[in-house]
Amino acid sequence: MSHVKIVLKTEQVDEIKAICKAFHNDEGELINVLHKVQTFFGYLPAEVQEVIAHELRMSVAKVFGVVTFYSFFTMKPKGRFPISVCMGTACYVRGAEKVLDEFKRHLKIKVGESTPDGKFSLSSLRCVGACGLAPVVMVGEKVYGRVSSEDVKKIVAEYND
Amino acid sequence: MELIKLTIDNKAIEIEKGTTILKAAKQNGINIPTLCYLELKDLKIVNKPGGCRICVVEVEGRRNLAPACVTECQPGMVIHTHSVRVINTRRTVLELILSDHPFDCLICPKNGNCELQTMAQKFGVREIPFQGVQSTYRKDFSPSIIRDIDKCIMCRRCEMMCNEFQTVGALSAINRGFESVVSTAFDQLLEKSVCTYCGQCIAVCPVGALTEADHTSKVIRAIADPTKTVIVQTAPAVRAALGEEFGYAPGTLVTGKMAAALRRLEFDYIFDTDWAADLTIWEEGHELLDRLSRHLAGDKTVKLPILTSCCPAWVKFFEHQFPEMHEIPSTAKSPQQMFGAMAKSYFVEKLGITREEMVVVSIMPCVAKKYESSRPEFAVNDNPDVDFSLTTRELAALIRQSNIDFNNLPDEDFDSPMGSSTGAGVIFGTTGGVIEAACRTAYEVFTKKPLEKIDFKELRGLDGIRSATIDFDGLPINIGIAHGLGNARKLLEEVKAGKSKFHAIEIMACPGGCINGGGQPLHHGDSEVIKARWRAIYEEDANKPLRKSHENPDIIKLYEEYLGKPLGEKAHHLLHTHYFDRRTDIVIDLEK
Ligand code: SF4
Ligand code: SF4
Ligand code: FES
Repeated sequence: MSHVKIVLKTEQVDEIKAICKAFHNDEGELINVLHKVQTFFGYLPAEVQEVIAHELRMSVAKVFGVVTFYSFFTMKPKGRFPISVCMGTACYVRGAEKVLDEFKRHLKIKVGESTPDGKFSLSSLRCVGACGLAPVVMVGEKVYGRVSSEDVKKIVAEYND
Repeated sequence: MELIKLTIDNKAIEIEKGTTILKAAKQNGINIPTLCYLELKDLKIVNKPGGCRICVVEVEGRRNLAPACVTECQPGMVIHTHSVRVINTRRTVLELILSDHPFDCLICPKNGNCELQTMAQKFGVREIPFQGVQSTYRKDFSPSIIRDIDKCIMCRRCEMMCNEFQTVGALSAINRGFESVVSTAFDQLLEKSVCTYCGQCIAVCPVGALTEADHTSKVIRAIADPTKTVIVQTAPAVRAALGEEFGYAPGTLVTGKMAAALRRLEFDYIFDTDWAADLTIWEEGHELLDRLSRHLAGDKTVKLPILTSCCPAWVKFFEHQFPEMHEIPSTAKSPQQMFGAMAKSYFVEKLGITREEMVVVSIMPCVAKKYESSRPEFAVNDNPDVDFSLTTRELAALIRQSNIDFNNLPDEDFDSPMGSSTGAGVIFGTTGGVIEAACRTAYEVFTKKPLEKIDFKELRGLDGIRSATIDFDGLPINIGIAHGLGNARKLLEEVKAGKSKFHAIEIMACPGGCINGGGQPLHHGDSEVIKARWRAIYEEDANKPLRKSHENPDIIKLYEEYLGKPLGEKAHHLLHTHYFDRRTDIVIDLEK
């Protein structure tokens, strides 16, 4: 796995330590700690896992094992504009996969990745409950309905500064 | 003790409450196949994740089959261990495992020694009805260990060894479902992890997923090179286990045949690491006495306890996990490295050749020794003191490849001048042996009196942590012993907290010491094998005419001719080393 080294600021380390402490530095609370830290950080980079492992007195490999076990946890930062394509049944039958493929092609990233400039990230999600608008794409909080693969370029262009 | 009654395979039995079906069956002569389950009784090592389900049995009245390794016997149970349903289920389980396993048995390093292969053979599997994608991972080559995770069957024995027993934490199960696999933190190369190369993961892996880095062909090429003088040294524990590879009962000493086989392999000189073990005692024993006498004279800067430093996995362990304590271990190199240093100084001078013209091969019960020999501080101008370090298993492979009829070899001797040893050198091969050897010498040097009793029985045994007080003629010396890195960690935490009562501590990374090193013939979960080797080591010691390192005439001569005195300038330069802080670079220093 390619690994970009990030340097944690003292305040960030302190925050992680405080979260661990709130869970009594208890190894058994690892999942809760990871959850809390991810909420705070947005993601769980290697360095953050190192701090957690140290605080909970467990091996980094074990922490990493748990992070990779649950799909909820992610080691990659979301882009400034996270793009999610709904893959619920309604969206799927109306061509959501093509839309997703077009985003991948256009942004040159895979699902779960971000563009190198950190601007966009791509994920797929389960039904968002807007089936009337299928296929649905979300960029941040903004919802786009009846998206076709031809619209992809236009949507991305909206976020060009 | 409460007894309960039940029936296994139509046989009425009585068994202690709380016994698993697997053990109950075994005690009654019924064998149930296992894969993920592993127990080394005398070493307190157990792996029972209950994951593979190869051990299922039928319990009347129960809807599902029960995994025998994790199911406790209940009164009145009626168990069938080989009903049609059981056999069919086991076969299906096995076929499913095989459907995601590469079929390169013929060229696998574990060919003929693989628990999965044996199982497939036993079950008479002839085809795999399941077809699907096979998982693939990159192969990971480190100086000591090769991880070929495509072959992993997720028994998780290695994970248990590395985490629970060794407390190293290099390995963990990662990912989920089909993708799940045992790997390192952030799926990095093993080389980038906190792995100590103890090889205990290899020692328990049932398949070819974890094996040693194989250097046999390099050795063959070196021997064939007419410009090289190739010499070989054999570690103490090898002679107590090599025979197993050729059908001898565990614990059969094959010292003489081993020397003969090495001569047939056309090594130029057959030497013994036991010789270097005697040399180690001269240095380490004097270091102990030096620290002790300075301590007794009131010198507050002296670091006690002194810790042994023969085991490279243990050295790497404290470099990662306790780097702040790097002044505590003895600075004496390990016997393997002392041998290499002397071979490429003293012995090349004797032969009148350069160090580049000499190749030093070592036969070790260990895979960490490969890594140790590759450490840059053990080389001069990039020429390593020890060129190749082979495991006991690799030596057996070399002997087989060369078609040597091992079993019919005569007993032969080691060559001079680096082949003679005392019983003290031999017992380096087992837990407690290094410190007993040190005591035999330190006692006589310190008290200037002969030992009345050479055997320090109080230092022997297989309990993970042991201690004894040895009376140095009125001065009580407290000795601690730990084998297995989890046990070592406990003693180290005490030292770190300033609470250790010991003057000297011996540590070996492997459970049992080198006799059960990661490079030894596989024990396949039978701790009797390890006990037999343990007895063999003390038998070899008892049969030696000389049993104290300071009486080895060749070592005495070495100091007279070449080294000067123990801890002297030349000895210091050639036979001592230093340690490093190996906290990995992505670890943030949180102590500050
Ligand atoms: S060699 Fe030892 S430390 Fe390294 S992964 Fe295997 S068990 Fe863990
Ligand atoms: S690498 Fe070997 S010991 Fe480890 S889980 Fe896989 S099969 Fe088991
Ligand atoms: S041996 Fe019992 S579940 Fe694997």
